[in-house]
Amino acid sequence: MLLGPALALSAILFSIGVAGVLLRRNAIVLFMCIELMLNAVNLSFVALAQVHGLGGQIMVFFVMTVAAAEAAVGLAIILAIFRHTQSVDLQNINVLQG
Amino acid sequence: MTAAVFYLLGASAIASALLCITRKNPVSSALWLVSTMFALAGIYVLLHAQFIAVFQVLVYAGAVMVLFLFVIMLLNLGREASDVRGKPAWALAAAVMVILGAQFFAVWHYTPAQMASEQHSGAAVADPLAFFPNNALAAEAARPDDAFGALSASLFQNYLVPFEITSVLLLVAAIGAVVLAKRRI
Repeated sequence: MLLGPALALSAILFSIGVAGVLLRRNAIVLFMCIELMLNAVNLSFVALAQVHGLGGQIMVFFVMTVAAAEAAVGLAIILAIFRHTQSVDLQNINVLQG
Repeated sequence: MTAAVFYLLGASAIASALLCITRKNPVSSALWLVSTMFALAGIYVLLHAQFIAVFQVLVYAGAVMVLFLFVIMLLNLGREASDVRGKPAWALAAAVMVILGAQFFAVWHYTPAQMASEQHSGAAVADPLAFFPNNALAAEAARPDDAFGALSASLFQNYLVPFEITSVLLLVAAIGAVVLAKRRI
């Protein structure tokens, strides 16, 4: 069954993802930390699907599709930013600060 | 045996995730993230989600991470100084991690028996698994010979419209990525 350990692992991985977003300045690594958080949530969906039926697994399927679309669009945005500022460091991306 | 494999894969996932957020080079970060995803795929198999495990390897560890590596190598990153923030950010990250982790950890004791007794107004339930309405479906999915059948029946009957909308979303994302990344259209 392993429901409790799986939920605990999901919590730890999500916290690591949040810590990564706070720690890094590289936009691409930030994106990878977001993917890590999505994976942590997927794990809790799969763990709970064992007791609540298959809806959880179907939701993971949709989360994966949306994550793939998000990665494609997000990386295209990062490419466009790199072409503009020659950097993906978030310190140099401050045109919206005014 | 299953529990031992689970804890092994879980420890590997946590270690890889920590290495992923602390490595200075984006390429090694990405490769450690792939390692986390493989460990998670193994855990999905242990949790009776074989279809999701296959998809995890194909879509996440395969397609999405290849896209990440392509962009990292296209931009020729990893040669500049480390992008890890200084001491204040480490303290903030550690504090947020501890608080968030403690909150999520409260669900550690979220067991089927407890859920069933909560929904039954506190009374202990003899067989907690028999209590849940979708339990028959879950049991069917747990049977190794028909995991795909149960999932695809549900996907193409109850969730057909969201499934079709997903294809439109992917088309929009593909067109949007081309429009954003192209220099001149």
